[in-house]
Amino acid sequence: MTHLPKVKYLIIGNSAGGIGAAETIRCADKDGSIAIVSDELYPAYSRPLISEYLAEKCSLGKMLFRPLGFYEALNINTILGKKVIRLDTKIKAVQLDDGTEISWGKLLLATGGIPTIPKVDGLNNTGVFTFTTINDAKEIDQFIKKGHRAVVIGGGLIGVSVTEALVKRGVKVTIVEMKDRILNTILDEELSAMATETIIKHDVRVITKHTLAEVNCLFGTDSVHAVTLDDSRGIPCELVVIAIGVRPRTELASNAGIKVNRGIEIDCFMRTSHPDVYACGDVAEPYDFVYGENRLSPIWPNAYLGGRIAGFNMAGEATEYQGSTTMNSLKYFEMAITSAGVVTPPDDSYEVLSRKYDHSYKKIILKKNGLLAGMVFAGDIEKSGIVFGLMRDRVNVLDFKQALIAENFGFLSLPEELWRQRLKTAFYPQFSKRRLVKTGVL
Amino acid sequence: MKRVLVNEPVCMGCHLCEVYCQLQHSKHEDMVKAFKREPSRPIARLRIEEKEPLFFPLGCQQCEEPYCVNACLTGAITKNSDTGVITTDEEKCIGCWTCILACPFGIIRQDLLRHKSIKCDLCQGLETPTCVANCPNEALTYTTIED
Repeated sequence: MTHLPKVKYLIIGNSAGGIGAAETIRCADKDGSIAIVSDELYPAYSRPLISEYLAEKCSLGKMLFRPLGFYEALNINTILGKKVIRLDTKIKAVQLDDGTEISWGKLLLATGGIPTIPKVDGLNNTGVFTFTTINDAKEIDQFIKKGHRAVVIGGGLIGVSVTEALVKRGVKVTIVEMKDRILNTILDEELSAMATETIIKHDVRVITKHTLAEVNCLFGTDSVHAVTLDDSRGIPCELVVIAIGVRPRTELASNAGIKVNRGIEIDCFMRTSHPDVYACGDVAEPYDFVYGENRLSPIWPNAYLGGRIAGFNMAGEATEYQGSTTMNSLKYFEMAITSAGVVTPPDDSYEVLSRKYDHSYKKIILKKNGLLAGMVFAGDIEKSGIVFGLMRDRVNVLDFKQALIAENFGFLSLPEELWRQRLKTAFYPQFSKRRLVKTGVL
Repeated sequence: MKRVLVNEPVCMGCHLCEVYCQLQHSKHEDMVKAFKREPSRPIARLRIEEKEPLFFPLGCQQCEEPYCVNACLTGAITKNSDTGVITTDEEKCIGCWTCILACPFGIIRQDLLRHKSIKCDLCQGLETPTCVANCPNEALTYTTIED
């Protein structure tokens, strides 16, 4: 068994969260040893770009999240293509699948998520794929031929992104969504309908309120030739992409006795139930200010930010996560939509304001206390960040709520005192209000 | 770290800062040619915000802890650790508009033809940003801010 020298900071996961932490640690601690372990062989790449890769617009080089030489420049040791199989929090060490043991001072679990797979027959056959990693994109790329027919199970962001890429490759796609509309978690009914209309124009078939029952093969082979839905109807196809969501990879943490809910439980310092173990990204449950509770937040920007906060704390600069919420922006099929927080109010205690213009749609959802709970902008989205900023900073908008959805809304539509105050915030770190005194934890 | 500051009462709202910004970020040296001959019309990276009687140009504030950099999906937007200037690598930008949703000032622009997000780069390579250099009433200044 190989024993590597102890590393001060060990990061498991080489994507948004892991990189956010690593580069932040290096800012705060110039010399402390940092190692990143990942079961993927590639340097950190932008996961959302796998659809660009599949659409053949994008080289592997362009997908790199950080420039070549990034790890060397920051003196970060990478251990790629290796899986961590065991975590021992008592002796503060991990074991890799090749037997190597690494002991650590501070550990970050940024292990992400893996696709949820439905329990149906036929998923082991040739032609069934998931779509969350570059390897998934490569496998689909090598498999498809022009004129193929694909069934995408799941009409969320991943499903729509793979659909766009497949359409660009000349594949005829059917999307099967279990709920009554696609993109239902990030869009309201109005925009789901608009998105469906746009997608259908690209010769995509959208089936809602149904789900996959079985994947069928040609008799005597293991090649997919159709799927059967829950109403027994068959759809002929050569490939199936499962995109019904991801679940957090929490096994390492739970086996080590770290508290896990749906994701790994963390406090506002991104710290788990073990004082030297931190977690961020799709595997963790950071604080969501809209819901007022900790919950899964599987989106790239929040993973990076969580990693950054974890990094400060791991390096001894106590920094509090001010909370975030879901935020998404959609550009597929030439749409331009931004959305954040709750897009359809769960009960009638919320106030909904919306306006439709020739080329845009603006909607905000307010809580009774005047704070923004959600927003959806389509078409004219350039100023939507101003609204999201007010939501993120918990600004009471009751007195000027109508201005936020006005056609000519701009920064000066806010009350003068407020916009003056907000301009000043640019000059301070966003965490400054909550950053605590340096504690020298290490 | 140097930033563009606005002396509001002096701004006449003439929009010349926008025009010179467009020109600086176009391939032509002549504004008419830039408008007529470039397939993607040059986009001003700052905008005059108006609410009578107030108007002044608003551009990237080069935030200390930039939301756009933290949110960028591809690593296209970066902050230079020496100068503090935040720039977009257009090669890497895929026009996903996540930065637009992240920016609390609403100053990132969409280039819809090229599918790129466009922001103020403080005219990298020039000693003084062109909006400042060409402001007729010196409403814009390029000033060193203490950390």
